[in-house]
Amino acid sequence: MSLARTILSVTMLAQTVRMAVPYACAALGGVWSERSGVVNIALEGTLLVSGLAAIVLQVATGSATVGAVAAIATGGLFALAHGLIVARERVDAIVSGIALNLVAAGGTRFVLRALYDSSSNSPAVAGFGVRLGAGASPEVALLVRTLADPLTLLTIVLAGATAFALYRTPFGLRARASGEDPQAAASAGVPVVKVRVLAVAIGGMVCGVGGAALAFDQHQFQSGMSGGRGFIALAAVILSGWRPLRAVLACTVFAALDALQIVLQDQSRLPREVIEMFPYAATLASLVVIGLTRGAGRPPAGLGKHTESA
Amino acid sequence: MNGERKTALLSTVAGLAAAWIAFDLLVFAYGESPRRLLALVFEGTWGSPYGAGQVLFKATPLLFTGVAVDLAMRAGLFNIGAEGQLAIGSLAAGIVGAMVPPWMPAPLAIVVVLGAAALAGGAWALVPAILRARFRAHEVISTIMMNRIAEATVGLVLGLGFALKGTVRTLDIAPAAHLPRLERFFPALRGSAVSVSLAFAVALALFVGWSYRRTRFGREVSLVGMNPVACAAERIAVRSRVAQAMILSGALAGLASSATVLGYKGYFEQGLGAGAGFGGLAVALIGRGSGVGLVLAALLFGTLQQGGLAINAYVPMELMDVIQGVVIMAVALADARVRDAIARSAKGAFG
Repeated sequence: MSLARTILSVTMLAQTVRMAVPYACAALGGVWSERSGVVNIALEGTLLVSGLAAIVLQVATGSATVGAVAAIATGGLFALAHGLIVARERVDAIVSGIALNLVAAGGTRFVLRALYDSSSNSPAVAGFGVRLGAGASPEVALLVRTLADPLTLLTIVLAGATAFALYRTPFGLRARASGEDPQAAASAGVPVVKVRVLAVAIGGMVCGVGGAALAFDQHQFQSGMSGGRGFIALAAVILSGWRPLRAVLACTVFAALDALQIVLQDQSRLPREVIEMFPYAATLASLVVIGLTRGAGRPPAGLGKHTESA
Repeated sequence: MNGERKTALLSTVAGLAAAWIAFDLLVFAYGESPRRLLALVFEGTWGSPYGAGQVLFKATPLLFTGVAVDLAMRAGLFNIGAEGQLAIGSLAAGIVGAMVPPWMPAPLAIVVVLGAAALAGGAWALVPAILRARFRAHEVISTIMMNRIAEATVGLVLGLGFALKGTVRTLDIAPAAHLPRLERFFPALRGSAVSVSLAFAVALALFVGWSYRRTRFGREVSLVGMNPVACAAERIAVRSRVAQAMILSGALAGLASSATVLGYKGYFEQGLGAGAGFGGLAVALIGRGSGVGLVLAALLFGTLQQGGLAINAYVPMELMDVIQGVVIMAVALADARVRDAIARSAKGAFG
């Protein structure tokens, strides 16, 4: 099979959608946080803790829906901590992110061992287990299952909802105002700290959907399974100029590279390690593109800035 | 200076208190007795010469990476890539160490091998350095990507014939390139893997700390980190200083291989020294810009790591990773509180 036919295949499309969901959710979470002015490298940890929460609750209750809700709640709480620490306590956002990522990486392994006596992976779960497309060829069935997965659909809804909420609602306006010029927003009566904490927490909930999707997709939790996706999503946010729909688009490109890696692994003569580097090298390349074009837009002017202390 | 000392003391107390509380809560939640396990932690670390030696062994690579991350932080950069720089540096140490010819005397062999490790680590930091200086790419993202690429590169290079057949490790390095273990000089440390590399790390931490005040390069790097705009106005080459700091940081991270490849295993294998890069972040954030502070922070996190092993039979040792994050957060929160209080009192005096 030629490379072009591989890239245009149904498998490739299905894998791309499948891989795009966690990226897109993390990126939307990043947009929420950063548009309100809070740098968020804790997305990586958010994916981990929410992914674990999804599995733990599905193992406990047998319900994928309960698992997904737990993931959303856990992601929200984890991001809430980041929001409070950064926006309210004014700790450097990168330092807070580093600390939270360490807590997430260690904490998820701790919980894995505490609950399942393994530091590498959880027992298997069914996820949502969509059973459509039974009669079709395996490739088409995968595509149908992926598209009909509740979390894929939720992600599409969340992309639209994030764009709508940020640009068309009073809260979105307040969040963006806090991110552009916190001092001016405060003068106009916007409770900047509260708005930021809330925006970061909402972002964490959206990112939590991605964590659940990541874990359900593998039908288990594996330690460190976020694999840098939170950071790649952040690169997508920057590439998009901090705009939600473009961020999702950028994520789809990164997901396509991931998918290419999966599709090529079976048939390429390139060493496995070279193929594994694709998404990361592509992220570096995208950073160059951002630098050359000054990105598709500038960062929120108040990113990382606070109001004058009261 | 006095105020700074007071802040450092307060933050240290906050960090240790938070570590203790987190330890108690997590151990209790796991259904074990915090008091008994704390006693085990002490016995396994500072309670015996062997335990103390193992703490020093664990602290050594952390001190190298801590000094490395701190250097970048001085220039205003978060080098989250120490993990990958260390991996590539260690790989280079393993490969070059195995090629050292038999006629080479030990001091020269060690310089050559560590030189290769530093060059490789520095080269790995070159990419984020260029991306930052030329394309304004945020180093947090680029260094994380380089970590992932490093992981794959190690596998790739080992697969290209540098590994012992059927394994994921290099050949043994030449005997001349080995760093002697401290047990040769202090018999009480028998069995522990701490090596001469520790003395090297401490000397490096103190020297680098000294150079920020006493050398032109060091002063410029720390000034650039404090106020790049003012430095540019003073015609300091800001961008190249920042890039140089990142590259040097990578080189220092590569030197951590002296504790693992040269002082411990005698070869490099996939995953050797993993975690020390992220541990170095913790050390740098807690040690905050003083050589002595970095040494103490490395000892603290070395103690946590070794203590984790001591209680692993009762509580998952990953507990200590959580505590590491908690300590960083507690110290940062205490710092922020003090900074705000100072800002408020200054406002009271002048506003």
